[in-house]
Amino acid sequence: MLEAYPDNRLARILLWSFCALVLAFLMLPTLVVVPLSFSASDLLEFPPRAYSLRWYGNFFGSATWMAGLRTSLILGTLTAMVAVPLALLACISINRLGGRTALAIQGALLTPSIVPGILLAIGLFFVLAAQRLVGTLFGVLVGHVVLAIPVACIVLLPALARFDWNQVQAARSLGANWARAIGGIIVPQLQISLLSATLMAFLTSLDESVISIFVASGQNSTLPKLMFLSLRDQIDPTIAAISTLWTVIVLVAVLIVSLRQKS
Amino acid sequence: MTVLADPALAADARRERRFFLSLSLPALFIVGLAAILPILWIIRQSFLTTGGDYTVGNYEKVLSSGLTWAALVTTVELSFGTLAFCILLGTPLALALASVRPRVANLLMAFVMLPLWTSILVRTYGWLVLLRREGLINTALTGSGLTAEPLPLVYNFTGTLIGMVHYMLPLFLLPVYAAMRDIDANLVRASASMGATLAQTIRTVILPLSTGGIFSGSLIVFIYTIGFFITPAVLGGGKVNPLSIRIERTLSTFQDWGSASVLGILLLVLMALIGMMFLVARRLMARNKFGTAHA
Repeated sequence: MLEAYPDNRLARILLWSFCALVLAFLMLPTLVVVPLSFSASDLLEFPPRAYSLRWYGNFFGSATWMAGLRTSLILGTLTAMVAVPLALLACISINRLGGRTALAIQGALLTPSIVPGILLAIGLFFVLAAQRLVGTLFGVLVGHVVLAIPVACIVLLPALARFDWNQVQAARSLGANWARAIGGIIVPQLQISLLSATLMAFLTSLDESVISIFVASGQNSTLPKLMFLSLRDQIDPTIAAISTLWTVIVLVAVLIVSLRQKS
Repeated sequence: MTVLADPALAADARRERRFFLSLSLPALFIVGLAAILPILWIIRQSFLTTGGDYTVGNYEKVLSSGLTWAALVTTVELSFGTLAFCILLGTPLALALASVRPRVANLLMAFVMLPLWTSILVRTYGWLVLLRREGLINTALTGSGLTAEPLPLVYNFTGTLIGMVHYMLPLFLLPVYAAMRDIDANLVRASASMGATLAQTIRTVILPLSTGGIFSGSLIVFIYTIGFFITPAVLGGGKVNPLSIRIERTLSTFQDWGSASVLGILLLVLMALIGMMFLVARRLMARNKFGTAHA
C-alpha cells in the first residue's frame, strides 16, 4: 500500500524497527519458557547453566498433574463430541431459515462469548451449587460446551454456505429421512470442516481457565486450574515444562486445522 | 421466496420451516442452561440474604464500600490503558503488515498468531519469568548498568497492564489489519500523486478508512478486558483489584454470594454503559465523516 512512497526510506526504517520490537514483545513470553523447561536448576536462571529433563520427569511423575492432564483431555474430547453436533444442527437451521430468525439464533448462540468469563463462572457456580453439582465434570462440561458452540459455528457456517442444498432435496425426494440426509449427505461432504470444528472445540475447552477455576475441584480440576493455583503460590520450573508441552500440543492442532483448510 | 398458491404446498413449506427451527433448539437450550440462566441467577442472588430471604442489603453494603468504587476505577483504568497501548502498538504494525506482499504478511502474521494460540496461563508464566525482581529484564537492566536497582515490573499495575496488552494486541490487530488490507491502493497512489506527504496520506486517507476496523478492535478489547481475571490475579500480586478480583475474593474468601452477585451486576452495567458509549461514538464519527466529505 505504501509503495506510492518509495523515497521515504527513513519513515520505512522507523516503522519496521518499531514493528520488529512489537513482534518481539508478542513472541517473548512464549519463547522464554522453552529453555527454562530444560533447565537443571531449581532457580529460574536464564540462560540455564545446565540442561536436564527433570522438570518433565516431575510433571509426568506427579499424580496431581497427571490427574489434571487426564481431566483436561477427557473434558476437551467430551466438549468437542457434544458441541460439534449441536453446532452443526444449529448451523443447518441458520443456513436454511435465513433472514431475521437466523440472525436471532446466531446472536443467542454468541452471547456466551460476549459475557465476561467471570460472570459465566460465578453464575454457573450458583446454578450448580443449587443442584449440588459443583465440582462435577458435568458442570464444567456444560460451561465449555457453550463456549465451544460459537467457535464451531464460525468454522461450519461458511462451509454450509458453499454446500449445494439440492443434494439433500434429491436425497429427501428419493425417500431418505432427515437423519439419513444429514448423516449421509451433509456430514461426509463437510468432513474437513467438521474435523476443524472438532479440533477448535477441543482447543477451546483445553484453553479455558476461568470457568474451571470456579466450578471444577478435587479430582476434576483441569490442568489450567492447577497451573493457576500453582502460579499464585510459587513459580516452579515444572510449569515451564507443562507450558512447553501445552504450546506444542496446541500448535500441532492449529497446524492441522490450517493445513486441512488450505487443501 | 416464491409464492405458493397451493395451500398444501404452503403447509408443507411451513412444516419444513418449523423443522429447521427445531434443529437449533438443542444448542439454544444449552446456551440457555449454561449462559442465560446463570446470569438470571446472579440477579436473583443479589437480592438474597445468606439465609435466603429477600433484601436490598447487599446493594447497600456493596455500593457504600470504598473498595467497590476503587475496583470500578481500576477496571476502567485497565481497560482504557490496554486500549491505548493496543492502538499505539497495533495500528502501526497493521499498517506495516498491510503494506507488504500478502506472502510476507502471512509469514509475519505467524508471529501474531502464535501468542493468540498460547494458553493465557503459559503467557502469564512467561511474563512472571521476564518481569520478576530477579527476572530476565531486571537482570539485563542492572547488569548493563542502566539501572542501579531492579525495577518493580510485576505484582503491580504495570505488570498487569503489560500482561493484558500482550493478551489483547493480536485480537485488536486482526480487524484493523483486515480493514487496512481492504483499502484500495489506488486511493493511496492518488493521494501521493496529488502531492500529499506520507504523514498527510496516513492521516487523511488511511486512518479514516480504517476506523471501522479500529472500532471493532477497540470493542473487542473492552469486551475482554472488562472482566479480565487471570492476568490481574497472577501479575497483580494482590495489589491490583478490578471488579473481577473483588468478585472472586467476595465469593471465595468471604463466602458472601449476595455481595459477589451485586459486584457481578455492576460489571454488567459497566459493560452496557461502555457499549452504549461505543454506539454513540460510532454514530457521531459516521456523521462527521459524511460532513467532511461534503465540505
